[in-house]
Amino acid sequence: MQSNAALEYDYSVAKLYMWTTVIFGIVGMTIGVLIASQLAFPELNYLFGEYGTFSRLRPMHTNVVIYGFTVSGIMVSFYYSAQRVLKVSLAELPLINLLAKIGFFAYLIAATFMVISLAMGITASKEYAQMEWPLDIAIVIYWVIWGVVMFGLIGARREKSLYISLWYYIACFLGVAMLYLFNNMEVPTYFLSGGLGAWYHSVSMYAGTNDALVQWWWGHNAVAFVFTVPIIAIIYYFLPKESGQAVYSYKLSLLSFWGLMFVYLWAGGHHLLWSTVPDWMQTMGSVFSVVLILPSWGSAINMLLTMKGEWNQLTENPLIKFMVLASTFYMLSTLEGPIQAVKSVNAIAHFTDWIPGHVHDGVLGWVAFMIFAAVMHASTRVFKREIYSKSLLEAQFWIQTTGVVLYFTSMWIAGITQGMMWRAVDEYGNLMYSFIDTVSVLHPYYTIRAIGGLLYLIGMLMFAYNFFMTATAGRKLEQEPQFRSPMA
Amino acid sequence: MTLTEMQGYAFFFLTVLLVVILYGYILHLYRSEKKGEMDYEKYGKMALDDELHNRPVELNPKVKNEEKEN
Repeated sequence: MQSNAALEYDYSVAKLYMWTTVIFGIVGMTIGVLIASQLAFPELNYLFGEYGTFSRLRPMHTNVVIYGFTVSGIMVSFYYSAQRVLKVSLAELPLINLLAKIGFFAYLIAATFMVISLAMGITASKEYAQMEWPLDIAIVIYWVIWGVVMFGLIGARREKSLYISLWYYIACFLGVAMLYLFNNMEVPTYFLSGGLGAWYHSVSMYAGTNDALVQWWWGHNAVAFVFTVPIIAIIYYFLPKESGQAVYSYKLSLLSFWGLMFVYLWAGGHHLLWSTVPDWMQTMGSVFSVVLILPSWGSAINMLLTMKGEWNQLTENPLIKFMVLASTFYMLSTLEGPIQAVKSVNAIAHFTDWIPGHVHDGVLGWVAFMIFAAVMHASTRVFKREIYSKSLLEAQFWIQTTGVVLYFTSMWIAGITQGMMWRAVDEYGNLMYSFIDTVSVLHPYYTIRAIGGLLYLIGMLMFAYNFFMTATAGRKLEQEPQFRSPMA
Repeated sequence: MTLTEMQGYAFFFLTVLLVVILYGYILHLYRSEKKGEMDYEKYGKMALDDELHNRPVELNPKVKNEEKEN
């Protein structure tokens, strides 16, 4: 390792992921708005033949926003902040730096093939694990590369202790590695059947209830280790740094970390309430989901208290607005989830639109808001330029907040209406409504949801423009800002 | 003892154990700070003073040794 006074952090990999964050964000959210509109106006299913149907586009939407937009955003924050909290530059470690770049291109290739294969209807038919086995292998290789880069950086650090964000990145790496491998254990049918079917097809190694359990062990922990853990890593670095306030209680951050790690892994069973899995397992899923409120709120409250005495920044700095609202949405979402996981509530909520409502107040209000704030904060340092437009950022914030509110309120009403109608019986015990009755009742809410999604997409496009202009035309900065990101 | 009873006892003792571990950890954090063995809050500075030329909160001993050798 060199000791060089003129040495700088190397943001070339963070920069590459910034572009994929923006591109995948636009693609994933556009598809999201289209499929939301299809639910309200079914004729929209026939725009692009087989490629435009809801069934083809829905997995594409989820995969692109999760593995495209969110993972790219996580990587931006990692390649930007990990060097800084470890006080070691990637430029000092040429091999690790090269590996990080190879990792990016491996990611790009895998993500491109993911989009193509899903568009062609090639799927392993497991939610959030639709990619077929050749792509799974590519993802594993990519993940191992990220692990090598992370531990390579940690090994060369100047700072003895690992900042709390790093703990969360490590947890993200280990959690996804373990769960992804187990859930994607597949049998390639072509090779085992002596040449039947397509070479890329597979079936799960597990059957029936076991498959469901492993699937939701993964499914819910994808929420844990992709949508929660690394996003907490982002907020623990970017909120203190942007506000200039050290985290309110470092001890609380440690306690919340271990709490979250211990509890989250057990909560997946709540996806299988009232199904054929053993009753004790359903109860365990419920109980752990409720306990999960504690560590989740521990982190969120810690973040809000970090702003203690500095609340004026909320009105002055749009990036602080994004992050404070994100932690508030995190609190809302982590209270709503446990409520839905209570068995009696779940009897109404299961399979209804309240579930996507819950998911979206988490991902739109918490995950994406944190990624927007992190990318914008980092872009001033990466490009050494001022943020192009503060007013555009403010407008984006309000348009998207309105979008999220429209989304989740319409889905709350739709979901509860649906749940109540499905179970309503007359005095003789006959069902009062047929399925199509619920569909016609829900039409206005589906329309409101699509409008909410459209507002969010408009905000995403504003962000993309603001980011592009910051990178290319923002006022040049002579000195790196210490805390607050400068904006015009 | 039936299996259900055993599960009941196991559940109870496991809950007690987890509560003890949780409060034990909180106690450990506060006690080690009170005794002056640790100062956890200083680590919050790592996010704020994160320039390459900033002094690390705690210098990695490996780097310290390398710098001495040079």
